[in-house]
Amino acid sequence: MRIDTGLLPAFARGCAVLGSGGGGPVAIGRAAARQALEDHGPVEVVSPTELDPSLLVMPVGTAGSSAVMSERVGGTEEPVHLRDKIEELFGAPVGAVMASEIGGTNGCLAVAWAARLGLPLVDADGMSRAFPGMDQTVMQLRGVSPTPAVMCDERGRTVVIDHVTGRWLERFVRASLEAFGGQVATSEYVLRGHQVASCTALGSVTRAVRLGERLPEPIVTGKIAEAGGSVLVEGLGPDEGRLVRVEAGSEFLAVIEDGAPVAAVPDVIALLDTRTREVVQTEQVRYGLRVAVLTVPCDPVWHTPEGLRLAGPAAFGLTGLTALAAPGGLTGGSGTGGPGGPGGLGGPAGAAGAAGPLADRREVAP
Amino acid sequence: MRIGIDVGGTNTDAALIGDGGQVLAAVKSPTTEDVTSGIAAALDALGATDVSAVMIGTTHFVNALVEAARLEPVAAVRLGLPATAALPPLVDWPDRLRETVEGAVHLCHGGHEYDGSPISALDVDELRAVAADIRRRGLRSVAISSVFSPVSDDSERRAAEILAAELGPDVHLSLSAEIGRVGLLARENATIVNAALRPLADRTVAAFGEALRRAGIDAPLFLSQNDGTLMDVDHARRYPVATFASGPTNSMRGAAYLSGLTDCAVVDIGGTTSDVGILSGGFPREAAGEAMVAGVRTNFRIPDVLSIGIGGGSIVGPDGSVGPRSVGFRLSSEALVFGGSTLTATDLAVAAGRAEIGDPSRVAGVDHERPLKVVAERVAEAVDRMRTSAAPLPVVLVGGGSVLIDRLPGFDDVRRPDHFEVANAVGAAIAQVGGEVDRVFSGPRETVLAEARAEAVERALRAGAREGSVRIVDVEELPLAYLPGDATRVRVKAVGDLDLEKIDA
Repeated sequence: MRIDTGLLPAFARGCAVLGSGGGGPVAIGRAAARQALEDHGPVEVVSPTELDPSLLVMPVGTAGSSAVMSERVGGTEEPVHLRDKIEELFGAPVGAVMASEIGGTNGCLAVAWAARLGLPLVDADGMSRAFPGMDQTVMQLRGVSPTPAVMCDERGRTVVIDHVTGRWLERFVRASLEAFGGQVATSEYVLRGHQVASCTALGSVTRAVRLGERLPEPIVTGKIAEAGGSVLVEGLGPDEGRLVRVEAGSEFLAVIEDGAPVAAVPDVIALLDTRTREVVQTEQVRYGLRVAVLTVPCDPVWHTPEGLRLAGPAAFGLTGLTALAAPGGLTGGSGTGGPGGPGGLGGPAGAAGAAGPLADRREVAP
Repeated sequence: MRIGIDVGGTNTDAALIGDGGQVLAAVKSPTTEDVTSGIAAALDALGATDVSAVMIGTTHFVNALVEAARLEPVAAVRLGLPATAALPPLVDWPDRLRETVEGAVHLCHGGHEYDGSPISALDVDELRAVAADIRRRGLRSVAISSVFSPVSDDSERRAAEILAAELGPDVHLSLSAEIGRVGLLARENATIVNAALRPLADRTVAAFGEALRRAGIDAPLFLSQNDGTLMDVDHARRYPVATFASGPTNSMRGAAYLSGLTDCAVVDIGGTTSDVGILSGGFPREAAGEAMVAGVRTNFRIPDVLSIGIGGGSIVGPDGSVGPRSVGFRLSSEALVFGGSTLTATDLAVAAGRAEIGDPSRVAGVDHERPLKVVAERVAEAVDRMRTSAAPLPVVLVGGGSVLIDRLPGFDDVRRPDHFEVANAVGAAIAQVGGEVDRVFSGPRETVLAEARAEAVERALRAGAREGSVRIVDVEELPLAYLPGDATRVRVKAVGDLDLEKIDA
């Protein structure tokens, strides 16, 4: 498969759905990808199984605030500086780019940057959706080292972070974010070709395209009758009489009907404006909006006990929810992350929701 | 006395408002190609010349954008390199409009970080080269944007000085910090649109002035802005884009005034659409995010309006469906009651005895009950979509097509005030003046808010508000959670009554 300007809208829509209500402004990433594809030509999507075992694969993304990203739009040279530094650190040429996070704007930026570098894009990503924590990746679960990791901006101002765990990586990135102007390009959990098939969420790019072309049947269609920390959706039409609650933080976290969870993080929960067909982000939720609520399964690895510890309901502060059985039949563990649990430095990543409408992708909980 | 005028695509409406606030006279006359004679005709029909001010609301400029006509090619100059290169100006515009408007695109150094520190230094030689290119291409209008100019407009102002010195006074400069809010592409788009409208604004504002002179009126002229406040003629010439949504704003404000309500839903039913908006504290609720205008993503301050395809000219299908197709301005020849052969929504209203228009005998026996019930249900659903809480909400109906509705399911308080058909002209006449602040502050919350409020009040006073009449109508705080140092984005809006003495002075 190749991503060109014709396929991009479907891919970007899929990324928006996989943002699960978060993941930053897709409109910016999509426009950047369109421009890059026009300037540099289509991007080849390669299967993880086709990779040379020694090939250096560079995961890419941005971290920071959505408000900053919508104003201080990125440059064109971030991926070049990232690549140069990664090549220097690993002593080998980068052979392919991968999205650190397929959900939200970062999925689209991976396409833009692959186009800029003239490199193929691996059909995989680190999350199979959007998560707020940089360490909430399959690579982390599989024991891939997050470092050496690189942060840089468009003019090549660069910070290399080494010898830290995923949780500490976040801490260092956050500390540097202000100096970078609130927005930074990053590469971490750098992989070799032979690791990709076992250490990432597979098929993410093709899945985003398929999702963008055809969305799953909604759980419920209705109107938002209550907005705030949790969202009440009142069924309309065929769903008249149903009342569904959607718990939200930086992302949509759980769908609850009659006191029982119907869907929950780590699975993707997306709201679609039934009038415009646009994906609704958590900060766009408001009373009266007509929405369809849908869910898309995450990568099954997130339903293992380790996966749930890192990115299950408890990691987002939903302590009352026991993990749901995955659609694929996997059973969840206890799902308790413990105090100061995974992904959280000062608390559960879900606490980021309290930060208001500017909370977003791969951001570090305050 | 003051006169409010609404120059629409089809009709020019005018209303004369007495000093006590009562509507003394109201007229409708057709909008003319030259604008001037239509307004002059409406003013003649009103018959009052001894007025203290004339306020005009117009859709003239937004129509020019929608039609991609009468637009000036623009040089878009953005300051922010090496940031922002991923998305050059005009990148997300519809092709047809882009071809008309794109004169040249220049990415230059300059701009600021969110905290006001420079991204890169402004490069004087670079800007002189840009000026030379603009001169060589013969462009007469320039849009200048820079990163985080709502935080610091320093780059834009200095670049404007350099370009003005090189290009002289005949080239218009539009600065993004004066036009939009945070969100570079959307603000820049609005600035480019403004630049493209500058020559048309000069001509149109001159035509308005000429119409007043012809009607023998020697009173200050104001144009209404998107947010329901006024700007003077000089400001209107420089910021035509600020009039874009004044149509719906004026009809909503007029509806509030005529009904005496400040918090309600307003449904303006015209020939083709019903536009639903929400008034809060007497002002329209603004759209939260980005607004698409003629396919261009902008962040104009515009009212949050939901339009559905139901109006007085809507065509009634054989299955009883109403709209979205409409006979539009041909209503007076095509509707059954006017001797035409098309069953329209207006015919239903006449058949139901809700309006006395044309020849009612021509619609005797027309089944009006079910289609009008569907109309009421769809309008009610649109109002329901727009409300922000389940609390009871009065609904005010205005516009010529509002005779379609007598009741709305789910809403107990539905009114149609006197002069409902010229609510937009009334809205123009009663407009106030305002001042707004929208930028990133840092420091303790109370200090930040006090600073922002004082600045908004000061801006309203500078805009011509009467001392003592200014109040804060809107405060919005967005903590930039991931930026250390208590950075908060604060939006504050203050409005007050227009002080005519201050304007004369």
